[in-house]
Amino acid sequence: MTQDTQTNPSAPQLDRADTRVRHDAGLPGAMRGFVDQIKSGDLGMLPVAFGLLLISVVFTTLNPVFLAPNNLVNLLFDAAAVGLIALGVVCVLLLGEIDLSIGSMSGLGSAMTGVLWVNSGIPLPLTIIAVMLTGACVGMLFGFLRNKFEMPSFVATLAGLLALLGLQLYILGPTGSINMPFTSPLVRFGQILIMPAWLSYIVAFVPGVLILVGAMRTNQQRSAANLSSGGMSVAVVKAAVLTVALLFAVFYLEQGRGVPWMFGVFVLFVVILNYALTRTKWGRSMFAVGGNAEAARRSGINVQRIRLSAFVVCSTFAALGGVFAAARLASASQQAGTGDVNLNAIAAAVIGGTSLFGGRGSAWSALLGVLVIMAISNGLTLLNLSSSLRYMITGAVLAIAVIVDSLARRSRASHGRA
Amino acid sequence: MSQEKKFPTKGEVILKLRGVGKQFGAVTALDNIDLDVHAGEVVALVGDNGAGKSTLVKVLAGVHQPTSGTIEYLGNQVTLDTPATALEMGIATVFQDLALCENLDVVANLFLGHEVSPWRMDEVQMEVRAWTLLQELAARIPSVREPIASLSGGQRQTVAIARSLLLDPKIIMLDEPTAALGVAQTAEVLNLIERVRDRGHGVILISHNMEDVRAVADRIVVLRLGTNNGVFTAETSHQELVSAITGASENSVSRRAARKLEEVGEDQ
Repeated sequence: MTQDTQTNPSAPQLDRADTRVRHDAGLPGAMRGFVDQIKSGDLGMLPVAFGLLLISVVFTTLNPVFLAPNNLVNLLFDAAAVGLIALGVVCVLLLGEIDLSIGSMSGLGSAMTGVLWVNSGIPLPLTIIAVMLTGACVGMLFGFLRNKFEMPSFVATLAGLLALLGLQLYILGPTGSINMPFTSPLVRFGQILIMPAWLSYIVAFVPGVLILVGAMRTNQQRSAANLSSGGMSVAVVKAAVLTVALLFAVFYLEQGRGVPWMFGVFVLFVVILNYALTRTKWGRSMFAVGGNAEAARRSGINVQRIRLSAFVVCSTFAALGGVFAAARLASASQQAGTGDVNLNAIAAAVIGGTSLFGGRGSAWSALLGVLVIMAISNGLTLLNLSSSLRYMITGAVLAIAVIVDSLARRSRASHGRA
Repeated sequence: MSQEKKFPTKGEVILKLRGVGKQFGAVTALDNIDLDVHAGEVVALVGDNGAGKSTLVKVLAGVHQPTSGTIEYLGNQVTLDTPATALEMGIATVFQDLALCENLDVVANLFLGHEVSPWRMDEVQMEVRAWTLLQELAARIPSVREPIASLSGGQRQTVAIARSLLLDPKIIMLDEPTAALGVAQTAEVLNLIERVRDRGHGVILISHNMEDVRAVADRIVVLRLGTNNGVFTAETSHQELVSAITGASENSVSRRAARKLEEVGEDQ
């Protein structure tokens, strides 16, 4: 701020007027920026990539079936339900809140599916709408408790965990378990339906094309507005790598049964939430409230409404995750949503890179994190380990994920990054 | 958006407070405060700790509601019940604790709560406007795509002031804008205040630093124990100001000055 404000005669671009800043351009620049980012504690996708690699190597050496195409297809089927729940958790974690009732909420969701659809004969779409509305109401209650009574979400949702579990047991009644007809569309969706091969291949091209088109349009707009444009090299490489990886993934899965519709729907929700978080005012407000709620309030953001919306989105996704889980298991039971569902969903979000401290994260973290968590769970099942060991290992993984999150946060603070 | 709004002409009264009081339980923080702010004028609000400066700012920012008195804004009596209301009306505040989101970048912070096209944010347009605004203020921010966490204190203050100007407010209130800044940064901020005034905004400046106040203020309003204690100009002597702030010509500041004078006399 102390330097003279001399304007360059050649009229530099708006964002290139300051000569003190190193402007990374092109591929080498992007690489250098990436390395800087990692060094300062902004780990991004690195833990996920590392985790998946480690898991694949360990489990494949112990049991080669792990990497078989059909096992991976099963893994994707399993991932959809927990993934949806994790997607909701990302929203509350972004605010620095937490929802511990998601497991019970999903259990209640699957119980309601059984009771309303199988037992009472209500059409499936109506049942799903009813389940999601129930989730939204529960989320509203948590948001209300947080906003009006300043009740820590940790406590409110812990109470919700028990209350919702009770409701689940209550509506299931003495039989405790409702089986769903195997030929019904819901169970077929959860166990059999696979995207056609041609569609999977087309979808695999979509992200790459979107990256290229998006980069081209942004560059055009930026140069029209006299801002620097990054050039296409980075976008081209990104798109190429992503497309090749996705094509290979689809090709490999097609050696087995193919890509489950269930997983496709989950990814669609991830894409929608990602758009909402990154490109809308609501998303920006979520990050602002998570980063500094008082600052957000003084900027005119309705903090209470944002909090309410986060809890509503979280519980709604948890309820829908319950429907998915019921479809996957073809039954609604007292065990649905209990055990490690809660922690798996939260761990997935954290492993994927959403901070427990609020203000950092993305919808993709649910997708990436759930792949890691489900790979561990799937691998342990293949090894025929008892659930006691599985719980211990999953607990350790969650602990490691949180330690990585905390260390990265400390490092970011010391490097002047939020 | 700035061109469409009717801007008050220089010298016109924008804000008029009459008999404003604020009580926190048994404590009277503000009592019967009168204050006028004109367009294109810097009003400095000075006073000792606990004089009620920050409370008054918070009342005007819509953070606290006054318990008595009236606030007239552009000739109409108004109620400022939330920060959003005050903002919309055209009263912007730069709080002492800046109130920026450290995890967001400069553009996001500038436009927080007022993003361009809420359903499909126009990042390019926002970035252009951010640069334009920062250049208008002759502010030097290295990059608007860096998170606030990586900026220095002076740069953060600049961002905070720029943000308050984004909606083209009629009045901008600065609560201790130079308290945490170095010599050069302080000068920059004072320049900034003058540029803001020259754009036709009314400025309310709160500061403990008499030098800064006298450097830019057109009028100096002194608060003492929650009440008005006189209005002065930049020409008023330092002693006079201090005695208005402390409430007596015989005070710790004058005693200290006298003692120093004595010591110097004895040495010679």
